Amino acid sequence: MTVRTLIGATSLLAMVATGTLVHAATPQPGETLSDNQTFTYRVLDEFPSIDPGLIEDVEGSHVARQLFEGLLSQDAQGNVVPGVATEWTASEDGTTWTFKLRPEAKWSNGDPVTANDFVYAWRRAADPALASPYAWYIELMKVANAGPVIAGEMPSDQLGVRAVDDHTLEVRIDSPIPYFPQMVTHTTTFPVPQKVIEEFGNQWTQPGNMVGNGAYVLSERVPQERIVMTKNPNYWDAQNVIIDTVTALIINDEQQALTRYLAGEMDQTDIPIGQYPRLKEEYPTEAIAVPNLCTYFYHVNMTDAAPEALKDQRVREALSLAIDRDILVNNVLAGGQTAAYTLTHEATAGWEVPEVPAAAMTQEERNARAQELMAEAGYGTDGEPLTLEILYNTDQAHQQVAVAVSQMWKQTLGIDTTLANQEWQTFLDARKQADYQLARAGWCADYNEASSFLDVFTSNSDSNDSKYFSDEYDALMEQSRTAEDPLPIYQEAEEMLARDVPLLPIYFYSSDFIMDDSIKGYAVENAQENWYAKDMYRVAQE
Amino acid sequence: MLSFILRRLLVAVPTILILIVISFILMFAAPGGPFNSEKPLPAAVMANIESRYGLDQPYVVQIFNYVWNIVAHFDFGPSFKYRDQTVTGLIAQGFPVTLTYGFWAFLVAVVVGVALGVLAAIRHNTWLDYLATGSAIGASVLPNFVLAPILVLVFTLWLGWLPGGGWNGGQWQYVVLPVIALATTYLAAIARITRSSMLEVMNSNFIRTARAKGLPMSRIILRHALKPAMLPVLSYLGPAFVAMITGSVVIDVFFSTGGIGQYFVNSALNRDYSVIMGVTILVGVLTILFNLVVDILYAWIDPKIRL
Amino acid sequence: MAFHDPTADALQAPARPDKGRSLWTDARRRFFRNRAATVALVALVLIAVFAFLGGFIAQYERDYVDFSLIGINATKGVPSIATGHYFGTDQEGRDLFARTVQGTRLSLLIGVVGSMVAVIVGTLYGAISGYFGGRVDSVMMRVVDILLSIPFMFVLILMLVMFGRSLLMLFIGIGLISWLSMARIARGQTLSIKNKEFVEAAIATGVRPLTIILRHVVPNLLGVVIVYATLLIPEMIIYESFISFLGLGVQEPNTSLGALISRGAGQIGNGVPWQLGFPLFFFVVMLFAFFFVGDGLRDAIDPKDR
Repeated sequence: MTVRTLIGATSLLAMVATGTLVHAATPQPGETLSDNQTFTYRVLDEFPSIDPGLIEDVEGSHVARQLFEGLLSQDAQGNVVPGVATEWTASEDGTTWTFKLRPEAKWSNGDPVTANDFVYAWRRAADPALASPYAWYIELMKVANAGPVIAGEMPSDQLGVRAVDDHTLEVRIDSPIPYFPQMVTHTTTFPVPQKVIEEFGNQWTQPGNMVGNGAYVLSERVPQERIVMTKNPNYWDAQNVIIDTVTALIINDEQQALTRYLAGEMDQTDIPIGQYPRLKEEYPTEAIAVPNLCTYFYHVNMTDAAPEALKDQRVREALSLAIDRDILVNNVLAGGQTAAYTLTHEATAGWEVPEVPAAAMTQEERNARAQELMAEAGYGTDGEPLTLEILYNTDQAHQQVAVAVSQMWKQTLGIDTTLANQEWQTFLDARKQADYQLARAGWCADYNEASSFLDVFTSNSDSNDSKYFSDEYDALMEQSRTAEDPLPIYQEAEEMLARDVPLLPIYFYSSDFIMDDSIKGYAVENAQENWYAKDMYRVAQE
Repeated sequence: MLSFILRRLLVAVPTILILIVISFILMFAAPGGPFNSEKPLPAAVMANIESRYGLDQPYVVQIFNYVWNIVAHFDFGPSFKYRDQTVTGLIAQGFPVTLTYGFWAFLVAVVVGVALGVLAAIRHNTWLDYLATGSAIGASVLPNFVLAPILVLVFTLWLGWLPGGGWNGGQWQYVVLPVIALATTYLAAIARITRSSMLEVMNSNFIRTARAKGLPMSRIILRHALKPAMLPVLSYLGPAFVAMITGSVVIDVFFSTGGIGQYFVNSALNRDYSVIMGVTILVGVLTILFNLVVDILYAWIDPKIRL
Repeated sequence: MAFHDPTADALQAPARPDKGRSLWTDARRRFFRNRAATVALVALVLIAVFAFLGGFIAQYERDYVDFSLIGINATKGVPSIATGHYFGTDQEGRDLFARTVQGTRLSLLIGVVGSMVAVIVGTLYGAISGYFGGRVDSVMMRVVDILLSIPFMFVLILMLVMFGRSLLMLFIGIGLISWLSMARIARGQTLSIKNKEFVEAAIATGVRPLTIILRHVVPNLLGVVIVYATLLIPEMIIYESFISFLGLGVQEPNTSLGALISRGAGQIGNGVPWQLGFPLFFFVVMLFAFFFVGDGLRDAIDPKDR
């Protein structure tokens, strides 16, 4: 896997820094703090894990960022700021990183946090014995020997990380990565307490057992109901922590969660599809929409098993053109999503969306062109009747999009579409087996860089469910890996996708939530939405 | 009687074994797996996970190991999806929750349902009958996924009397809405079966004789009619009781109670094999147990029934 | 207990066609004397008319999306005679009237088919199990116990994977689950009925077991069976939406009352009450009607009742 820029260019400036600046909750002049310093938010489902080594989802990492502190942290804009490490430097050739740890850092049981705790955590995350679904992250960071360790070909103590002394950590990586400091803000790199894990085994994440080095400690955990974290008096910067209790309520139904939010039971929840405009009008300061690095598109089956019509490039292009994306994003979804004519999310760092022909047209022009193409291909209104099937996983939003798209095709092109929904696992399997005609997909970036999207359509990608095999495309992506400036190559790749149409791009995701406006310091501007409760506070409402 | 119970418990063992085997076959045959997602995991990582959970073993070995761990260690394994939890831990946490709201819902449904049913039967085809039957149906007519959000809208958002969800260790405020939502589902069924059965009993010769002798009505109902009329209600209540104390996915999802009801659907959707098996066995055991209880009660109601 | 005691007739004359007819005529007379049941029956007929003929007065196709209405449902998609959207529009901007007509039709079929399967399979299974008792009963009931406990969702998923989706598969899926609890109820009643004098008399006169079950046991089960069958109808209608969620059942743009109600319920408090209101109205009326018709039928065939 290749990575270039995990985060925006701003972070590159923080390559070498010394930690005099301390990041903490800083109320603005004129703000009065509330007596009630709690933050309660909603999550969809029980956390698969809150063990930093095992975390594989966003919600789990939010919890881990309160309970643990990594080498480095992020500020509200996503820039790197000191965490346990106060200084970090790269060697001349960029393949050895040295982190100086603050001596006052303590675990919640009072033990000091040492470089060995990091060494243990990293080895553990890569070790096949733990079988972490995120082990590949250590490999992504290019830590020396990560690959063989994960594959079980080398013992985990061969991993390229060592403690020079109690407060100095040294990491060897295979090739220079300028944004390495950004990578160690990720939860997989957080330290874990060896003594505690060895004592309690996989029960160490239960309240009472769990020991962390973050600003909060786990005080209550009821599966499928709630998780409560309270202020950690042993945290080195505890005197600057204002929020004293952080609670995550597990509420499966998002409509129910919204009702309870409106009843004042929590401070933050997601906005269900289609309701953003109404809530924005009623609660202008509380409803928030921010870009989310995911793209919604339909895979087109490119295998021989696909219907004849789909093998015709003109048909595929006509299908893509006839989708009125403005209606979808403005009326159906209506939550700050934007129309997509290409694959890579527009908000991706260092990315400029290339001007593909479809994007430049008006919808009338697109429809006209689509009808022309369809007529040439001999299908639709005046040609052979055509029936296609859209496969999607059962979900209200996907259904609404599919219904609208099928009607656009019917009304513009005169072709029929049947809709087929399946439960998630059956759907994934059918799509993997290419047992579909058109299938919904939502791809999210693993890291903030265009190749995280574009790699999907390379021939050897596990996610290339369209089965789009193009040597030209593969060559382009290969070329981009060593290029000085990969942007023009990426754009060329996008143009190829627009030409061959193995996918119908539909929209770029946004993340819509509603949050009580007494909560300050939330990381709204952080592209990854990585928030730290220690940087937040609640102001008194008049 | 004792030998009957022993015999039934003995039969329960192979029954549960067959249940386990059939469930495993269904699970393995279904497409998907616990670690599949939109983003396929790298092969090496996937191999580690599969070996960690024994999924790389032949199916027969997996089933055997599973049963052996239960028999030898009473260990139902770790959850595949919620990796911090064991199946035993999840059930130990969630079952008391569903047991609590399920038991209260059962009590409400039985007391109110039977009362309405009896009332409707003794005032057969009068306005009281229609009122009793009508209100029993009226209470149950909303599917609970409609009733639940309405209850929260009214009692939480508008009136502000009760919390809209959560469990909080089972404080009464948190129990009320789930109990109402669950009880109403079963209320109409109990009332209507009671009414129907009561009508048959009230028309039987021995009740007619009792009435002819001039015994007071309340005495006839309580001492003579109610017991035999409960036979079909019992048949219904056996499985219904199991369904109630193991909770309901709708209740758990809408009220975020943290009960085990949600696992019946979610674990299967997640292909969380060990949790699926855990709740399946729980329901299997409870079903067999309560059907045994029902059969014993049959014999108590109607001594002519030979066990 | 009150049971129709056919022994007397059976001993006198084996064939009695006239008597049978008069029994049903009697039942019909009793049924129509029951006002609640009659009103309910009329309501059911009206719903059936709506479900099967309502399409003729719909102004729109059930799958036609009016793109000018999407997203502004709360203000523009309101029910109105003028726009032709009698029941308003749904979240996708489709005519809710046409969709409710089609959904009601499908759910009506599902409810009826589901409870028919339950009545036929469940009653016979339960009666046979209860009548023979002993080892037969033990095996038959353990089979039911197992079927009640297995993760049934995988059965449905496998049906989808193996046979693809179709209405037939939906009905099979419904049928497979519907009869289980009915079998338990029928068996419980049979245990008691088989000790009655008329059954013992029939055994003594050498009537074959199957004949006894069909002639003497099943008719005496009917009261409870009918009442319970009507209770299954709403359960099956709701269960259908779960099957469809998995992908086996009804697919968009087709719909069902269960799907319409659950979509509408998701919009509670969002200013589009008609999306829940209209489908729920038909569901509720249908339920009341089935319940009262069921009670009426029960009363009508209970021979001791007046």
